[in-house]
Amino acid sequence: MITEWLSPVIGWMSPSWQYLVVHVLLTLVIVLPVVLAVAYLTLAERKVIGYMHVRIGPNRVGPRGLFQPFADVFKLMFKEVITPTVANKFIFYLAPVLMLVAALVAWAVIPFDDGWVLADINAGLLYVLTIGAAGVYGVILAGWASNSKYALLGGMRSAAHKVAYELAMGFALVGVLMVAGSLNLSEIVRGQEGSIIHWYWLPLLPMFVVYFVSGVAETNRAPFDISEGESEIVAGFHVEYSGIAFALFMLAEYASMILISALAAVLFLGGWLSPFQGTFLDPVFAFVPGIFWFMLKISLLLFVFIWFRATFPRFRYDQIMRLGWKVFIPVTILWIVVEGAFFYFEVGPWF
Amino acid sequence: MSLYQILFYVFASVAVLAAIRVVTVKNPVHAALYLVLTFFSTALIWILMEAEFLGIVLLLVYVGAVMVLFLFVVMMLDVNIAPLREGFIRNLPVGVFVALVMIIELALILGPATFGLELYPSPEPAPADAGNTLAIGQVLYTKFVYPFEIAAFILLVAIVAAIALAHRRRPGVHYQDIDAQVRVRAEDRVRIAELDADKTRRGDVAGDSKANQDKETS
Repeated sequence: MITEWLSPVIGWMSPSWQYLVVHVLLTLVIVLPVVLAVAYLTLAERKVIGYMHVRIGPNRVGPRGLFQPFADVFKLMFKEVITPTVANKFIFYLAPVLMLVAALVAWAVIPFDDGWVLADINAGLLYVLTIGAAGVYGVILAGWASNSKYALLGGMRSAAHKVAYELAMGFALVGVLMVAGSLNLSEIVRGQEGSIIHWYWLPLLPMFVVYFVSGVAETNRAPFDISEGESEIVAGFHVEYSGIAFALFMLAEYASMILISALAAVLFLGGWLSPFQGTFLDPVFAFVPGIFWFMLKISLLLFVFIWFRATFPRFRYDQIMRLGWKVFIPVTILWIVVEGAFFYFEVGPWF
Repeated sequence: MSLYQILFYVFASVAVLAAIRVVTVKNPVHAALYLVLTFFSTALIWILMEAEFLGIVLLLVYVGAVMVLFLFVVMMLDVNIAPLREGFIRNLPVGVFVALVMIIELALILGPATFGLELYPSPEPAPADAGNTLAIGQVLYTKFVYPFEIAAFILLVAIVAAIALAHRRRPGVHYQDIDAQVRVRAEDRVRIAELDADKTRRGDVAGDSKANQDKETS
């Protein structure tokens, strides 16, 4: 469709080059809203945590503090970027970029609505898992290249806990794959057609919990933010970063929060499907576009992220390791066996 | 040149250059990173060849897990590289000999006589809905199920053996017993001491001092 719109401009190119140009433009259509959402997620976080602490939160810049994110961005952009004298310069600046890339490229396979997906690939679930696994490099390399002991400790902690939670996450995805019978994210959402009880959160409830909590751990968010651990290792892997390089880390962290929420919505909460599908309310809400439901589910999950941060104290390091290796992985493996039994007895509408 | 060809040459040359840098670069962390780049480019070439499952799994296993642990170890090492780099001239003849033997062997197997273009015509591109993942799964769990399961079992045995060899309970090492920590109740840790009030201060008579002091403090 977009190829036809643009045909006066790019019609002279060969089809594969047209494909390239169109997809670069579509990438921008996805990435720019994500970046804007990141900006407002930081404001939402500060406001929500503020009200949870019975205070108001930022309210000075613009009406009700609505322009606060822009003030923050400009402040960070105009601050001096300091490079530690003995840091490995190339890797030092490569690390935040790698992290940001990992947080943004996975959006290519997320279906926003029926057919609204940049790359409808049939190994989408594997792709997402791989990109998530590659995201560890940003933290480890930042920790190493800073040439600072606190940064190195942060990077090490992060590498160890990410590998642990990566496995639990992978097993949770195996659970989804078993019910859906497909690795394509759009197919997974279509497999959840029906009402709210047809979504996979119900038969896969332990998987859903494990996936979301592992997602919180993967994004280095409280209560799993031991790689930052202000009270023990100053700020962990990004102690030495300032200005725009630090801003890139924050951008990557919030973008991957949104990504994890979007994936949880796609895999367990029916993606773009309406919760009233198949009930008497379905015609009433028929005018609501699918992307609205998808955004609503993402927002709810993001609220849970913020809620966690305001509620739980930070885990101790050995507790994090125990939760990942000794609780989550056995739970997911057990539930895969239970799913096998569900398949055999054809339980509920899902199998 | 089509986009496909341009992409192939870009990925292939990056893979080769990065592979050369793995063995020539001085810093072990840089070498590990070049290895990651090699894996990445190779995976992209595989994806170009319609083997998306293999490409993605290569990234997932090697880049996502193996190389992270590798980097973990390499970053902790404080090896002096200089002694490791000694003896280049002394070992050169052996190295050249081994390399030559390998090249000759490869040439015998991979030469045009056995892998020529006339023997292997370029395959038809798969239709758009054909998935490499499904195709691999269908043969892996039917035709090759025994080799697959046996390989998995051997790996499991290797893991168990490695853990059994490395894991020993040393005396004098303290572990956190988290179950005990979770089960603990306030009564186990906190003892509420009922202390008698200070009777020496004003020479109070024992007995009514408690009531008096309560009044004073309140």
